[in-house]
Amino acid sequence: MSARNTLLRLTLLAAAAISLAACQSKPKPTLPTRQPPATQAQPPQTPLPPSSGSISQQPAGALPGSGEDFVVNVGDRVYFDTDSHDLRVDAEPLLEAQSTWLRRYAGVQVRIEGNADERGTREYNLALGAQRANAVRDFLVSHGVATDRIATISFGKEQPIDASSGDESWQKNRNARTAIVSGAR
Amino acid sequence: MWWKSLFLVLACLAAPALWSAPARAEIEVNVNRGDVQPLPIAVPAFGGGQVGADIAQVIGANLQRSGLFRPLDPASFVERSVTAAAQPTFADWKQINAQALLTGQVTVEADRIRVDFRLWDVFAEQQLLGVQFTASPESWRKVAHKISDAVYERLTGEKGYFDTRVVFVAESGGRGKVIKRLAIMDQDGANPSYLTNGDSIVMTPRFSSNSQEITYMSLRPDSASIYLFNLENGRRESLGNFKGMVFAPRFSPDGGRVAFSVERGGNSDIYVLNLSNRASTRLTSDPAIDTSPSFSPDGSRIVFNSDRAGSPQIYVMGADGSGARRISFGQGRYTTPVWSPTGEFIAFTKQTGGDFHIGVMRADGTDERLLTSSYLDEGPTWAPNGRVLMFSRETQGGSPRLWSVDVTGRILQPMPYPGAGSDPAWSPLLN
Repeated sequence: MSARNTLLRLTLLAAAAISLAACQSKPKPTLPTRQPPATQAQPPQTPLPPSSGSISQQPAGALPGSGEDFVVNVGDRVYFDTDSHDLRVDAEPLLEAQSTWLRRYAGVQVRIEGNADERGTREYNLALGAQRANAVRDFLVSHGVATDRIATISFGKEQPIDASSGDESWQKNRNARTAIVSGAR
Repeated sequence: MWWKSLFLVLACLAAPALWSAPARAEIEVNVNRGDVQPLPIAVPAFGGGQVGADIAQVIGANLQRSGLFRPLDPASFVERSVTAAAQPTFADWKQINAQALLTGQVTVEADRIRVDFRLWDVFAEQQLLGVQFTASPESWRKVAHKISDAVYERLTGEKGYFDTRVVFVAESGGRGKVIKRLAIMDQDGANPSYLTNGDSIVMTPRFSSNSQEITYMSLRPDSASIYLFNLENGRRESLGNFKGMVFAPRFSPDGGRVAFSVERGGNSDIYVLNLSNRASTRLTSDPAIDTSPSFSPDGSRIVFNSDRAGSPQIYVMGADGSGARRISFGQGRYTTPVWSPTGEFIAFTKQTGGDFHIGVMRADGTDERLLTSSYLDEGPTWAPNGRVLMFSRETQGGSPRLWSVDVTGRILQPMPYPGAGSDPAWSPLLN
């Protein structure tokens, strides 16, 4: 057995151990399955490309189950029409993905933050943001996420994600964000 | 229309003393908007050195800002030295067409100052008012405000509003990263100071009728709650222990209760908390938004904001939650209703046609009238005499500023506070 093979096997063993640890700490993980590594360890059949060829290396994408994973691969924010807290049709696939992710990572606690644009008065917008946060909450609960994992808050018009002023920024600022509070990897 | 009659009342109350004089014909009080002539008044420096000059300056600025008076340029004065101790040379003041003249003298007495002042009707050659105040020297501004109130009351027949303070939210840091601090200042912008340090978002401060306590809302990443803040000792106290967000607090006129909104499961309803026994009562239970409660001055009714009919409108109910009735029926979205100190009117914010307005209507919803229009005008508060409203105005992409407008809509101006500010609340007249 070559030194190279040994190293690879050690790496795989370590990965398995980490996976196992994850299995023990989480009740029902559905970890992605992998093919046995046998053939991957074989030397390539064809010569390597010349050294001038480009093999770039970079870290893998977001760690599954992490806050980054949630934001990048699922999406943490849905948007609303003016003065409305009705979930839009285009929000539902994203919220379904949120509920799937949250069911998979059952230790995660979230807080849904409702936001409003600046085209309303302060107190009314606080109430409107709360309605938006709760519309998202209700969706997630109806899709199997336990109620005690979800808190809600409204920031009204106090925390715009786009500080400029106009139709485009108002649309961005009418949203509900699912923020991970704890339990993510 | 009511605002015209209000102004007529003002004019009539002021008339017997001032406009019985020979020059009466020169004074035309036209009640048409934008065409009212403010009363020319001379406010020469009081005797007694710098503090005398300072007091006269503060009085002149107060009267000018009210829009009802036009202080004359001291450079035009013919009689150059006049104090409260001697009768003015009326001919000299008639010559520059001063209708009223205020004279005064500051005298230092041990560790106190004594301020004598007299208000004269120049053309009738009569004294209208003669009063003496004694105060500690550092209270000279307060004395100036009290004299302003006395002059205002004598000449308009209504209480003044100059010896008052304003609590508001001072904003810094710019859009998108705003730091909000509770702040307080005199109504003329003097003596501004911060009450909180900016580590949480604070909003909607409101005065108690005793002027010594305020209630406000604080927003944190995971909670929204309301507080009492004692201005004398700086003590802060959380109000109530509710599940859900608590916001939009406002005192009852006697200061014994606070009405506010509690949000639970996305539904905001109005509650009232008795401050003496801390018992709370739920007043509304509609599934729509119910917020921004404001008591009538007799404490018997509450005006509030609800979108139960599909869009935000103004409703009035009994202070026990009974008999809620919609009173706003115009085109647009109505929010932030506030009952006037006289009980007669309700001020509000209205959004229509892409603009925001400060408006007033009678307490039964009739005679709606919009006083302002801009990109974003919001959150009126009444001066204690019900003659002036303060609010915040924001230009598109800008920071909010404090503005005021009188109830005729004629006198619209920025407040003399240079920084960004929002959510102003006017105190009652101070003691």
